[in-house]
Amino acid sequence: MSTAQNFADALLDRDAEPPPGLSTWNGSDPAHRFSVYRNNVMVSLIDALADSYPVTQALVGESFFRAMARLFVIANLPRSPVLAWYGEGFGDFIGDFPPASSVPYLADMARLELARVRAYHAADVVPLTVTALSKLLTDTQRLPDVRFSLHPSLHAFRSAYAVISLWRAHQAQSWTENQDDALETALAEIDPAQPEDGLVLRSGLDVTILAITPGAAEFILALQQGIRFGDATAHAVTIDTNFDLTATLGHLLQAGTITHAESFLHVGA
Amino acid sequence: MPFTRHVVADACVALPVRSGIGLKPEHFHEILDTRPDLGFFEIHAENYMVDGGPFHHYLGRIREHYALSIHGVGLSIGGESTLDETHLDRLAALLDRYQPESFSEHLAWSSHGGRFFNDLLPLPYHQGTLTRVCEHIHRTQERLKRSMLLENPATYLEFSASTMSETDFIAEIIRRTGCGLLLDVNNVYVSCINHHRDAHAYLRAIPATAVGEIHLAGFTRNVDPHADPHDDGAALLIDSHGTPIDQAVWNLYEFTLDLLGPIPTLIERDNDIPTLPALLGEAQQAERLMQIRHAKLHTAS
Repeated sequence: MSTAQNFADALLDRDAEPPPGLSTWNGSDPAHRFSVYRNNVMVSLIDALADSYPVTQALVGESFFRAMARLFVIANLPRSPVLAWYGEGFGDFIGDFPPASSVPYLADMARLELARVRAYHAADVVPLTVTALSKLLTDTQRLPDVRFSLHPSLHAFRSAYAVISLWRAHQAQSWTENQDDALETALAEIDPAQPEDGLVLRSGLDVTILAITPGAAEFILALQQGIRFGDATAHAVTIDTNFDLTATLGHLLQAGTITHAESFLHVGA
Repeated sequence: MPFTRHVVADACVALPVRSGIGLKPEHFHEILDTRPDLGFFEIHAENYMVDGGPFHHYLGRIREHYALSIHGVGLSIGGESTLDETHLDRLAALLDRYQPESFSEHLAWSSHGGRFFNDLLPLPYHQGTLTRVCEHIHRTQERLKRSMLLENPATYLEFSASTMSETDFIAEIIRRTGCGLLLDVNNVYVSCINHHRDAHAYLRAIPATAVGEIHLAGFTRNVDPHADPHDDGAALLIDSHGTPIDQAVWNLYEFTLDLLGPIPTLIERDNDIPTLPALLGEAQQAERLMQIRHAKLHTAS
């Protein structure tokens, strides 16, 4: 086995002996010195997760979170040195992590926070102008066949739990004093078992997370799959009879999230 | 690639002989609002390998007013595997976008077998590793179409397979590849304490003319419990980048400046990020020490 292979294997196993071939100037046992590297690797990767998943951590406390993150790190070392995306799969890991089963909404909170990080770093794409859009949206002939592209930061989120409310309750800036009491009061008012839908998007430089209706979530998810406007609308209505198309379009327009429209009618007509 | 080229005046491709600090998102607004008088900013390349959003927005604006050093922490130049070409592509795109005055990486490895460890791990120094590191640096310089600076590491362990000193190893890399040296004075101090070497001798042994940048940072003190506690060999220093620069490192910096003359100097801080004025204070301290040498050089000539 190679030097690096031995070294790498021993980094991940707390109980392993240090790899062979290490030396120290005074002949002391290299185990402690090797553990500095082992510690650096583990702590830096757990810290990277803690940075990306602050509310997930707050929901279970730091020590539970770090113990869970350690297991995730051991099973899922980063494949790339770009750590902004590290933690892909953390939500699924939490969903399958028996000690977290008493907090059934924890996995969805991690997925929501991953969507937030992705939105933060998503590409900058210029939205269509309101003029171009209003022309299209009032053209009832062509509109049903239009395929819209949405901003890459946009992520519609459907959850069986009240993760949007829980996430909002943890945004510290909304509490001025007595933070812990205020947070507790806010959390007490939330029924975690209430299904919620949300929209994660970056408008300018700020990422916002909005509560939306099931119909709006389905409509946006359909558009993102490349489904034409008419079919996406029909799909949203079958899921949610209260689907409000005008309000949803208003949201999307206001946040500048419609970036491209492809019309098929004019090609043949 | 969605990258656009930023405007860079007639590329004077060297950092100004002044001090700089690491750019931290916590300080984006304050930097743009106050425009501190500073030689340059340094970023970790990997943090900016994202598509868009605030990081690129602020870096683009800050870059319009300051010189820039891009410092990679994930290329794994000291690794056994061939270099990750995808990562080199990402680096090339970032350098193309921001046209930095300097690009540097580490004499260390961080990836193996497709897994990234997020730490700068040590390698043995012998003919085999020398050949491999030189191949990696050749490939990097060829792909990025520029020469790079290689940083000396902070290490906690040595390898019985090593046949060369770190300074001989580095000098030979520089001779074979034409790369420069990013001299991390804190790393020199930390490694020399950890391996019971003479830091002054280390600094005298490095190829002086190859030094293109200096790093200064803080360390934390640890103890090797396996060593005799009454012996000074029990000291184990950790390159933590989480504390102010230690007086011992300032002293070693002055010794370095006496040997090399003024060199662009970065105040490196990655953990427990202090206020911007606190970092600027350390940058000013470095600049004062450089100015003393400037003055001496002028008097001498």
